[in-house]
Amino acid sequence: MPRTATVERSGPAAEAVRRALRGKRADLGGLAFQAALLLALLLALAVLVTLIADILGTALSVFAERGTTFLTDNLSSLPERAGVGQGIVGSLWLMGFVAVLSFPLGIAAAIYLEEYATDNRFTRFLSASIRNLAGIPSIVYGLLGLAIFVQLFSGLTGGRSLMSGGLTMAILVLPIVIITAAEAIRAVPLAIREAGFGVGATRWEVVRSHVLPYAAPGVLTGTILALARALGEAAPLLLIGGAPTFFSAGSRGFLETLQGEYTALPAIIFTWSRKSLRAFGESTAAAIVVLLAVLLLINATAILLRNRYERKW
Amino acid sequence: MAAIGIAELQGNARRRRRESRIRRVFLAAAATAIVINVAILLSLFDGVVDFFRELVEGPGLGVLWNDTGWFPRRNLFDVKTVFVGTVMISLIAMLVATPLGLGAAMYLSEYAGRRPRRILKPILEILAGIPSVVMAYFVISFISPDVVQRLFASATFYNMLGAGIGVGILISPIVASVAEDAMHAVPNTLREASFGLGARRKATTLRTVFPAAVSGIVAALILGVSRAIGETLVVTLAAGATGGSAFTLDPLGPGQTMTAALASLATGSDQVKGGSAAFPSLFFLGALLFLFTLVLNLASDRFVRRVRRKY
Repeated sequence: MPRTATVERSGPAAEAVRRALRGKRADLGGLAFQAALLLALLLALAVLVTLIADILGTALSVFAERGTTFLTDNLSSLPERAGVGQGIVGSLWLMGFVAVLSFPLGIAAAIYLEEYATDNRFTRFLSASIRNLAGIPSIVYGLLGLAIFVQLFSGLTGGRSLMSGGLTMAILVLPIVIITAAEAIRAVPLAIREAGFGVGATRWEVVRSHVLPYAAPGVLTGTILALARALGEAAPLLLIGGAPTFFSAGSRGFLETLQGEYTALPAIIFTWSRKSLRAFGESTAAAIVVLLAVLLLINATAILLRNRYERKW
Repeated sequence: MAAIGIAELQGNARRRRRESRIRRVFLAAAATAIVINVAILLSLFDGVVDFFRELVEGPGLGVLWNDTGWFPRRNLFDVKTVFVGTVMISLIAMLVATPLGLGAAMYLSEYAGRRPRRILKPILEILAGIPSVVMAYFVISFISPDVVQRLFASATFYNMLGAGIGVGILISPIVASVAEDAMHAVPNTLREASFGLGARRKATTLRTVFPAAVSGIVAALILGVSRAIGETLVVTLAAGATGGSAFTLDPLGPGQTMTAALASLATGSDQVKGGSAAFPSLFFLGALLFLFTLVLNLASDRFVRRVRRKY
């Protein structure tokens, strides 16, 4: 029979021992320190709560008066008629660009880095340049888009157009996709790969049939984070025509849409915030509510998928 | 039985050719990262050359250092105006983000048990997910009028202090998460040794864990500064100064950073182009930003790696 030691956790004896160990004076300095640390977190919470309360409180009247027409109305210089319809469509387009371009490119780059690259000078240069891309301020990506897509390839993109914005956004989130996908691939144990090689599979066969399926949940989480980033980012769009105060609505063909004017949810919030708060404050807050709701939806999906498919090795 | 040679083990040629083709595809995908870096450098460089040519042909290089301020449409490009603005905003932001971020990191890493952690950590994660344009609105709708202007009667509605606080709140989750990683990486044996000598948790945190994780914490702070310098929308909206700004050291008044100067010039009127140095000045500011953040990111990277090597 195993011997178990019983430790008395409560009662006068335990309390006496605890007091003796703790020293005679109460640890006021320690408590104050702990309280100060906790205060940092509570302050962050307070900021969050105030932010959400402030925005919801201001936005409420817009939703009460206009209901869902706010979600479908076009941009307008009149606050009571301005809606975020064009912004929602534009943001969906931008996310589409990210999904079509950044996801395959980023995941392929991550596979190269983790599965194919050997440790040499070129690989180190490559991963340094990816880390560098991740650290560049987003507005500098706007300058890249301005120089390359708006000016150099204006014939193809149509200048300050949806296509320029989408391509720039795809480049902006590429390092995020690469880094998160590489992390997910790295977490797959070596033994899994060795099992594949052991039965004669080539590297690509191992990657396709073993590594990628096991890394999929992590890769997926990263791609969703990239989508969220593309949805919330406005700074580069300011340089490539993504923040007009108004543009004509109307059905356009596929290519015309790509080469035409556009806007996105965060860009609308920026433009409206620049106008007087008295006139546009409520609409701005309502647009923020829409943006945060979509972001919440995206992030909740990411967390659900992660919890559902995550595995511990 | 015949001996098995290399040829038999290599598999058939078709499969090998497919394998090397796939490898090249992946390599090309990875190499786009280098291509993008080169494209950024080239487009910035091209613009900077344009900028200096316009200056030399037009108003002369003296406009880069004068006492009037940064007014691109009047061909006044006083670098120290935007530079000092950037330093001030970053300083205010770090005054907010350092206690907030490091305090949160220490509490999560050294004090919180598993369950409080599960409740408290999402606060930072949600805060990290707030888009900067939302924080920008929050600064002009709440922080500037209801906090800064109440505390300082002389503050204008658009002021650098409010913008700096907003930027600080935005970057504190980043500081917290990098610093917490660093403290988390400190081996438990160090803590146990400290407790064994009779140190309390506060002493253990400050005198054992903190010094052991110091390079990671420095990395977190440098990364925070780098993000603060690159933050655009909060400063553009909340620090005022559309179209230009005079040289100022007053945090309660309007001011301009490099990013805000860039964004407001680009959005002020739709057609910023040709004939003057205003349009290429965008790229000049971009190149400055690129350089500053590159240096800071490299430094931060080096510090992070030092932690990883140690444990």
